[in-house]
Amino acid sequence: MWRYLLPLVLFSVLVVFLSIGLYLDPKKVPSPLIGKPAPSFQLPELQYPDQVVVPERYKQKVWLLNVWASWCVSCRQEHHVLNRLAKEYNVNIVGLNYKDKRADGIRWLEQRGNPYIANAFDEKGRAGIDWGVYAVPETFIIDHKGFIRYKYTGPVSQMVVENEILPLLRKLRSEVGL
Amino acid sequence: MKTFRILYFLSFIVLFPATAFSGVEINEFSSAEQEREYKKLVNELRCLVCQNQNLADSNSELAQDLRKEVYQMLEKGNSNDEIIDFMVARYGDFVLYKPPFKPVTFLLWLGPFVLLFLAVLVVAYMIKNNQQAEVVTLDKDEKLRAEKLLNADAENRNNEE
Repeated sequence: MWRYLLPLVLFSVLVVFLSIGLYLDPKKVPSPLIGKPAPSFQLPELQYPDQVVVPERYKQKVWLLNVWASWCVSCRQEHHVLNRLAKEYNVNIVGLNYKDKRADGIRWLEQRGNPYIANAFDEKGRAGIDWGVYAVPETFIIDHKGFIRYKYTGPVSQMVVENEILPLLRKLRSEVGL
Repeated sequence: MKTFRILYFLSFIVLFPATAFSGVEINEFSSAEQEREYKKLVNELRCLVCQNQNLADSNSELAQDLRKEVYQMLEKGNSNDEIIDFMVARYGDFVLYKPPFKPVTFLLWLGPFVLLFLAVLVVAYMIKNNQQAEVVTLDKDEKLRAEKLLNADAENRNNEE
């Protein structure tokens, strides 16, 4: 009996493994930064070059860091989602304008709306390296203590907002009673 | 005329070797040892954009930036391990082509040996079974019957021919 069942069992195990593999996205590399303090940077503001954006300023707040660029195609896809997130849900979104040209970045915000409370202008992409950025757009959630709690690689969709981002924000806010 | 044209195009291949276009920048190293370390690191670290290429082979912007970072860290006197830690802290173990040996990677490292062991067990089992199958003994009656059957079979075949 076993003689005949064993290949079937082995085959089913193989099918299970392979089908899980089908649904894994190799582009989604888990970030080692989750649970770690948000890396610091000191960068000029995109629209106001004489101002400086420093992540430590947002301590005591729950905030999002969204890495974007005007050359990034899928950033177009998520931009209206971010606009809504800022307007309807009052989420603090800080932008990290990654390896962009200043004029292009500013034009982008003028044309598509500005969901950001501030935009750090990371021309060389050095801050991006510290945040482990490898595929723009990327979105991080930072808690009130300044720890990274979540990362999403790729364009954020309304579904991701509703299923992952908003519930986590609610949880983080309730942790401090905000 | 045709040979001239061929020679003309061949000259391009000779004059502009592929390496001239690859993404490797020209870096001045302060010592030969540093250059060796650089080459080793850049070959061991994975480019996260193209995933199946290392930093040395990739032309992506991120790979260029990370190569520059490796170069600058080496020039600043950082050790090999410090640079690898720097990369792992930002991009995770995924940047390493050779993953570290730790609980999450046990299956990865030991899996092949476990499979080999299982395969040896299966083969041993099969061999043992085969040997048992050969040692079937027949008593006198059975031998006679078998002979009769075999003979009858041979006769049938002869008749057919």
